[in-house]
Amino acid sequence: MSFVPGQPVTAVVQRIEIQKLCQGENLILGFSIGGGIDQDPGQNPFSEDKSDKGIYVTRITPGGPAEVAGLRIGDKIMQVNGWDMTMVTHDQARKKLTKKREDVVRLLITRKSLEEAVKHSKGSHPRQ
Amino acid sequence: MLSPTVMEEEDEVLQVLEVGEAVEEVKEVIISTIEEEIRRSSPLNSKTSQDDNWGETTTAITGTSEHSLSQEDIVRITKDLEDSVGLDCRHYVTRSIAVILGLLVFFTPLAFLVLPHILWPEKLQSCGTACEGLFISVAFKLLILLLAVWALFFRPARAGLPRAFVFRILLAVLVLLFVISYWLFYSVRILDSQDENYQGIVQYAVSLVDALLFIHYLAVVLLELRQLQPCYSVCVTRATDGETRHYNLGQLSIQRAALAVIEHYYCDFPIHNPALLSASKSRAAKHLAGLKVYNVDGPGNNASAGIAQSQSRAMIAAAARRRDTSHNELYYEEAEHERRVRKRRARLVVAVEEAFTHIKRMQEEEPKKAPGDVMDPREAAQAIFPSMARALQKYLRTTKQQHCHSMESIQQHLAFCITNNLTPKAFLESYLTPGPTLQYGKDHWLGRRWTLISEASVTSGLKDGSIFLLKCVDFSLVVTTRKIPYVQMSEEYIDPKSHKFVLRLQSETSV
Repeated sequence: MSFVPGQPVTAVVQRIEIQKLCQGENLILGFSIGGGIDQDPGQNPFSEDKSDKGIYVTRITPGGPAEVAGLRIGDKIMQVNGWDMTMVTHDQARKKLTKKREDVVRLLITRKSLEEAVKHSKGSHPRQ
Repeated sequence: MLSPTVMEEEDEVLQVLEVGEAVEEVKEVIISTIEEEIRRSSPLNSKTSQDDNWGETTTAITGTSEHSLSQEDIVRITKDLEDSVGLDCRHYVTRSIAVILGLLVFFTPLAFLVLPHILWPEKLQSCGTACEGLFISVAFKLLILLLAVWALFFRPARAGLPRAFVFRILLAVLVLLFVISYWLFYSVRILDSQDENYQGIVQYAVSLVDALLFIHYLAVVLLELRQLQPCYSVCVTRATDGETRHYNLGQLSIQRAALAVIEHYYCDFPIHNPALLSASKSRAAKHLAGLKVYNVDGPGNNASAGIAQSQSRAMIAAAARRRDTSHNELYYEEAEHERRVRKRRARLVVAVEEAFTHIKRMQEEEPKKAPGDVMDPREAAQAIFPSMARALQKYLRTTKQQHCHSMESIQQHLAFCITNNLTPKAFLESYLTPGPTLQYGKDHWLGRRWTLISEASVTSGLKDGSIFLLKCVDFSLVVTTRKIPYVQMSEEYIDPKSHKFVLRLQSETSV
């Protein structure tokens, strides 16, 4: 999932829709994110390319809305509700995920097993 | 060195080499007489009648030949040769040439100044102030030249080198030509024409002395300064036990480099101990002992050299295949020896420490004791020596150093340590580790006569990859040379303010 600067990034993505759960005053999604362009990419245990500064899912609360929706640990989040997540700071990513007015987030996530699944099957899925 | 020539002749002789191990120098003498006997007694086709017992009977001759010498005899003869006066005449000749040249150089300016006064005093112009000032200059310059020549050339000779010193000869020739040319000019232009301008003559003499000082400067640069900058790294290995050291030398001729190596050898290499080498020789002897070669094919073979080679190869293969446990023996022997040495060392250290507690330095303020109680260092050493003598002797015997130290030298060393307030550990230092050759008495500097063996001429300079040998009576030093590579260094500037650091962030936010 590394990118060449100046070239478009291509990836096989999965669309995941998470309903936010109301827990007291907060709306939570049930996972933790790590990464960002202001963070140190070398310490990301989930990325294949240690210079990848994208946003990764680092923890999933068992039984939470994210796990129910099909999010897995180690997924890289490419888009949140249409907002790009590949070149954002950690704080910007957090803000896009925790908007109070939205109670549904539609994520485009990518993981290695998706690419392998596409390779094994005949034909390729069109990228969204 | 010896084996190839012997093996070409008869292979049974191989056995002889291993048995007679103690007297190595003798072998050369003995085996040649045996070979002559063979040639005399039987013709070249003696291979037809090979005697299986020939090896055994030959060894009996080794001990009783008239030509036999022992190692000690050889050393004694070499030392006698050293003390002889024969080669000193070269030294005297060099000295006398140097003195003559020096006197010539010293008296020439004086002669230039004095001769006009002697030969045409009435025609000579009187010497003015400037001229007399030049007299002072000549005097002082001559004095400086005298001191400088004495300092550079009239030092005690360190060594007698095989060939003459090329630079010195060049300089002597240069000085001689120079002085002769000045005399030529002087005699033609001044003596013949009887020049009246005395100031000119004095200036001429001053220019001679100036030029001589510059030649002396050239001598200093060529003889002393040129070899100071290290250019070559030499690796010196002692052939008998593999001790290796590395030194940096400048641009020297091979004989001067050899001299520098020998001087370093005396300071750095631990003393050569032949007693430590006997173990490996006996092991080597056991490898080939008991193997005999029989020529089963009969005498009809033409390729005799081929037979010799195949026989030797057969011997090597058989020796390798033999299941021998000598490595096992070596391992356990060495472990046992190590343990024994450590035990004796512990006993020695304790004995010496205890012995040193028995005496103390008498203070001046103490009331005077009876004269019998007060001892000088030598007596004090003799008093405490018996308590440590046994432990020390046992230790020296275990480490095979007993021939390096005599009772007398040990007592002297003890007195020296007591005088200078050395601790027991300092006293023991010279016995626990074998020191450099200089530390031991003069009789242990076996052979101050060294032979330089070199393929290149000894007056040629050191080059990268030049190898030469320095042979002494007991051992030889192998010297290899490597050029110190040219170093290309570049600089990189670091601004002290450029050292800045950031924390490595990896935050995790739950959403």
